[in-house]
Amino acid sequence: MIIRTRRNSDIPSSEITPESAFINRRRFLGASAGIGAAAFLSRDAAGSPLSTRQDEEPNTWEEITTHNNFYEFGLDKKDPSRNAHTLVTRPWTVKVDGLCNKPGDYQLEDFIKPSTIEDRVYRFRCVEAWSMVIPWRGFPLADVIRRAEPHPSAKYVAFATLWDPEQMPERRWKPRIGWPYREGLRLDEAMHPLSLLVNGLYGKELPNQNGAPLRVIVPWKYGFKSIKSIVRMTFTEEEPPTTWATQTPGEYGFYSNVNPDVSHPRWSQATEKRIDGSRFFGSRRIDTLFLNGYADEVAHLYEGMDLQKYF
Amino acid sequence: MVTPPTRAKPASRRPANPGHRILLLKTAIWLTGLGPIAWLTVGFFRGTLGVLPVDTIILVEGRWTLVFLIATLAVTPIRRLTGWNRVIQVRRLLGLFAFFHACVHFLAYAGIDQVFAIGYIIEDVLDRRYITAGFAALVLLVPLAVTSTKGWIRRLGKRWRKLHRLAYLSASLGVLHFYWKVRADTFWPLVAALTLAGLFTVRLAYRKRSPKKTARK
Ligand code: HEM
Repeated sequence: MIIRTRRNSDIPSSEITPESAFINRRRFLGASAGIGAAAFLSRDAAGSPLSTRQDEEPNTWEEITTHNNFYEFGLDKKDPSRNAHTLVTRPWTVKVDGLCNKPGDYQLEDFIKPSTIEDRVYRFRCVEAWSMVIPWRGFPLADVIRRAEPHPSAKYVAFATLWDPEQMPERRWKPRIGWPYREGLRLDEAMHPLSLLVNGLYGKELPNQNGAPLRVIVPWKYGFKSIKSIVRMTFTEEEPPTTWATQTPGEYGFYSNVNPDVSHPRWSQATEKRIDGSRFFGSRRIDTLFLNGYADEVAHLYEGMDLQKYF
Repeated sequence: MVTPPTRAKPASRRPANPGHRILLLKTAIWLTGLGPIAWLTVGFFRGTLGVLPVDTIILVEGRWTLVFLIATLAVTPIRRLTGWNRVIQVRRLLGLFAFFHACVHFLAYAGIDQVFAIGYIIEDVLDRRYITAGFAALVLLVPLAVTSTKGWIRRLGKRWRKLHRLAYLSASLGVLHFYWKVRADTFWPLVAALTLAGLFTVRLAYRKRSPKKTARK
C-alpha cells in the first residue's frame, strides 16, 4: 500500500503487516538512516523532546486493546476488553443528517468502500495523562464529509456513539451520564487530513473495545474527543453539546486540544505516562507536546484563539 | 471518650478463654493488612495488574487505606454497642495498617507515578485540591503513628486522647480526597462518607448520654 501523506510529525505509516513484523520493521527503520528515520531526526532538530525514534514504537496489540475507556462497557480500564464482545457490529448503519445535501442512513460498507484505506501510526494522548502510539487503519474523515455535501452554513459536525443497554452492560451509569455519548468537531478540524475514520488496528479489524466498527481519530486532541462506535453524524451551525463538556464543564471544553500549558483541574498535563512494556513499571514519563506533536500541521486552525480560554 | 488502649480491664463476663477471640481477630487483621501487598506483588510479577500497574497499585492501596482508617474508627463504636471491651486491643494494629497502606499509596504516587519529580509533586499538593486533601490526611497520620506506642500513651496521658481524635479529621479528609478524585461515579465515596458519619454519630450519642462515666473510667 502506498503511503499517501507523510508529515514530519506523522509517524510514518506502514504496510499491512502483523504486529511482530510491524515492530521489527520499525526497529529496522530506527537503526538505519532510512527515510522515516531522517524525517524523524529533522523533527528532533526542531526541538522535540522525544529524542530517539525508538521512543515512538507502536504499543503492542495487547496494550492497545486491554487499556480502554469505553464507559458503556464499564469504568475499569480492563472492563471494555472483557465486556465489549456483546457489541453487535454487523450490520451497522450510520445516520447522516443536519445541514447537508445527502442525508440518509448509510450502511457501513457504503461509508468505507469509496475511500482508500491507509495505515497511520499516531500518538494517542488520553486526558488522564497516559499515552500510546497506535497503528490505526482508516480513511480521511474529510472523504465522508465531502460526500455528504454539507451546506455552507454548516460549521460543526456532531457525532454520537451507539447507546443500546441490551448490548452495553453498564446499567449503573445510566442515571449519571446522558447517553448516548456525544462528541463534535469544528468542520475545518474534521476536514483536516490528519482526522480519520478508523475501522482497523494493526492491519486487522478494529476490536470492539477500541470502538468498532467505526470511530473517529483526531490525534492532536485528548482521546475522549475521538468518539467510538459512531451511529450518527450531524452537521450543525452551532457548536454541538458534547458529553464531557456538558457533564463536567469545569474540566473539559469543546476543543480539548492536547496542551501541556493548560492543566486539568486535578492534574498537570505537562507530562504524560507513555505506556512502554519494556520498562519495569510499564511506563515512562515524557513531556507532553503542544497539540500532541502535530502543531506544524494543525496550529493554524487555532490562530488568534486563546487556547487557555477555549480549552 | 475513649479509654486509651493500655490494658484490658477486668471483664464483668468471664469467657472461658478471654484472649482467644482477640487473638483470632488479630490474626485476621494481620492477614488482611498484608494481603493486598502480597496480591499486588504477585500480580505485578505475573503481569495481571493491567497495562499501567502503578495506577492499580495506587487505587488498591488508596482503598485499603480508607478501609483501615474506617475500621480503626469503628473500634470504639463497636465496643460501645456490643460491650466487648477487649476489642480495643486491636485498634492500634488497625491504625498502623492504615498508616502503612497510606505510605505505600503515597510512595506509589510519588515514586512510580511521578518518578520523584519533587517540583510536580509540590505543584500537585498545592494546586490540586484532591491531592491537597489526601496529603493532609497522610500528614495527620504521622503524629498518630509515632505516638501509638505504650511509652507515648503514658507520657501524653489525657492529651493522647485529644491528639488521637485527629484520626477523624484524617479519615474525613481521606473521604473528601476520594470524592474529589472520582469523575462521575460517586457511589463509593458516598458510602465511605455515610459510614464515617454513622460512626461519628454513635460516638457522639454515647458521649452525650454519659459523659462523666465514660470519660472517667
Ligand atoms: C489517608 C490518606 C489517604 C487516603 C485514605 C487515600 C485514599 C484514596 C482513595 C480511596 C483513592 C481512590 C481509589 C479509587 O478510585 O478507587 C485514592 C486515589 C488517589 N490518591 Fe489517595 N489517599 C490518601 C492519601 C494520598 C496522598 C498523600 C496522595 C499523594 C500525595 C494520594 C494520591 C492519590 C492519587 C494520585 C489517587 C488517584 C489515582 C488515580 O486516579 O489513578 N493519596 N486515594
